[in-house]
Amino acid sequence: MSTMLLAQQILNGLLDGVYYLLIALGLSLIFSLGGIVNLAHGAFYAIGAYLTLVLSPYLGFGGSFVVAPVVVALMGVVIERTLFRRFYRSDPILSLLMTFGLAMVAEQALRMIFGAPPLSYSIPTWLRGQVAIGSFIYSFYRVVLLGIAITCIAALWLLLQKTSFGRVVRAGVQNPDMVGALGISLQPYMSTVAALGIGMAGLAGVLLAPIYSIHPAMGQEIITPAFVVVVIGGLGSFWGVVAAALLVGLVKGVMVGIGYSAASTAAIYLLMLLVLLFRPRGLFGERITRFE
Amino acid sequence: MSNNNQFTRRSLLKTAGGIALVSGISAPAILRAQTADVIKIGHLTPRTGFLGPLGEYAAMAADLAVEEINAAGGMMGRKVELLKEDSVNPQTASTKAERMIERDKVACIIGEISSASCLTIAQVASRTKTLFINTGGNSDALRGKDCQRYMFHVESQNSMYVKTVGRSFLRDGLVKGKKWYSLTADYAFGHDLLKVSKRFMEANGGNFAGDDLVPTDATDFSAYLLKIREAKPDLVVINLAGNQVTNFLKQYAEFGLTFPVGGFGFDTALAWAAGKGNFVGTWPVVWHHLLETPGSKAFVTAFTNKYKKPPENQAWGDYVAVKIVAKTINDLKSVESPKIIEHFEKGAKFDVLKTREGYFRASDHQMMHEMYAVTALPADKIKNQWDIFASSPAVPAANEDLEIIAATKEENSCTFPS
Repeated sequence: MSTMLLAQQILNGLLDGVYYLLIALGLSLIFSLGGIVNLAHGAFYAIGAYLTLVLSPYLGFGGSFVVAPVVVALMGVVIERTLFRRFYRSDPILSLLMTFGLAMVAEQALRMIFGAPPLSYSIPTWLRGQVAIGSFIYSFYRVVLLGIAITCIAALWLLLQKTSFGRVVRAGVQNPDMVGALGISLQPYMSTVAALGIGMAGLAGVLLAPIYSIHPAMGQEIITPAFVVVVIGGLGSFWGVVAAALLVGLVKGVMVGIGYSAASTAAIYLLMLLVLLFRPRGLFGERITRFE
Repeated sequence: MSNNNQFTRRSLLKTAGGIALVSGISAPAILRAQTADVIKIGHLTPRTGFLGPLGEYAAMAADLAVEEINAAGGMMGRKVELLKEDSVNPQTASTKAERMIERDKVACIIGEISSASCLTIAQVASRTKTLFINTGGNSDALRGKDCQRYMFHVESQNSMYVKTVGRSFLRDGLVKGKKWYSLTADYAFGHDLLKVSKRFMEANGGNFAGDDLVPTDATDFSAYLLKIREAKPDLVVINLAGNQVTNFLKQYAEFGLTFPVGGFGFDTALAWAAGKGNFVGTWPVVWHHLLETPGSKAFVTAFTNKYKKPPENQAWGDYVAVKIVAKTINDLKSVESPKIIEHFEKGAKFDVLKTREGYFRASDHQMMHEMYAVTALPADKIKNQWDIFASSPAVPAANEDLEIIAATKEENSCTFPS
């Protein structure tokens, strides 16, 4: 294999990793603040994709891009207020079971409403085509997708680092009791974090609907690698999750590139195993007292 | 002591009388419920996972067939009841098959799509001497080294798919001296198909520029597409399965690659999901909804009326299999699996909604029937979301033996375990 192709595979792998980020960051945020392992996160991704399909005839892809994530985020608020809220103080295994059930209910609901066969949806005409970055020719749609994803991730980082909202959320991750003692109720923050995290999963659904198969179980396909990313990156660490997503994409892409495609999925689990062996809190995982 | 004895004797009499009374009145009623009123048929197919979308069509078609059979008087004058379950994976498939046979006393089991699950169901079928008709598992091994006396195949084997579409590739000059790049689903079906397609390629003077195994849960094909672009093959060969095919087609169009595409395994639902403009290439099918035979037209109309969309090829398999079982049971006046098998092995012919009738080949229990190659229509010639391809005439042609596309004894030999 030429060095040129290897360079392409490395770049493509890194880009691939960015898609996981939209899912993984929300997953990490909801877990760090509420202690909820949200196995239903993939279901919201699927709902985002199906909403794109439903809304596009009326709003176009551009309209769905704005509306669908908002609708999914509102669903997130409802789920947070009615279900998540009851599990913040309990054993994470209980919330894990609850969200696992929720994921199955959501998947079956999609199957009952839209049918089990996959549905068709294509890239809108104005986003098709190829771009040449030097001698690297790449899909224009993916470049746009990358731009949107990076904007979201940067906005989220600024929100968490530079605003008073972000300061409370970060404090809540470290020590919710102290935040309470200072007279700040975490409840509205929890709802907002759920809306943000779940809304981003919905956004990922919108963005990937034109290039992935849209079917009821599509959430399951993305939740596992997203989880691996969170585990590798380390809880509570924004940049850890970012680095892990890129690493996972890179490992998968390079495995395919060098002719070991059959092991490309297995390789990310092996990577997770190695990270857990040497760094049990993940690459950049912070010490969070209540999870130790 | 004596009192005790008397008491015991009396209660014994009462119990005996009770048993006599109960067995005299209720037992025949139970018997009637189990065997006289209804004939149960087990239907197992994946309803979830990457083959789930196809399983949905299988279940819809089996329901339709049973409805039509019951409307026409059932089997041997009895009503047919279909027990449908999600087969999930090979382990679950075998557990459920066992339960259907031993607890529910089904007459036979119909269905399946995964070749791996076919194998485990066939083992249960052989042990319990119950007929299993495979309607969707393609691998040659199921008709070769893993063949079982109690398993029959309405679904075509991989060799039939390869030889059917291979004719189109040979005609278009895409084989001799050409290089192919193949992507293969990394499980039993894919491995088997890759083996058969390599055999075809070697026999016809072509070679592989590359072949990659793709994990069944892969959704992103960009890394593979970059490799294909670099390799510049004469034909991209898709030996993928389920949602993989849709994902690949959507992303192949996204990356703007224009090498000819072909596949050795195909399901219409996946092409419908890829959609106009994304669906490209030439593919083999066991049946499709645009066939002009009276049987196919009636089936398509009935299915479309009931479910508001046309049937895809997997629907054909389960529909035809249920109809074959009904006809056989009515002709033989028996639900005994050994008798049905003997009838099949004698070469009984069945209407399979095509121009010619089909029959099970005794040597490996594969249904011999016509197949087709379909080619994607250009986007500007597509009128609706369903009719997105044009079909070849039936393969083999009317003057050829039906067995010409099937694996020969040398290619794939079956010895039924005794």
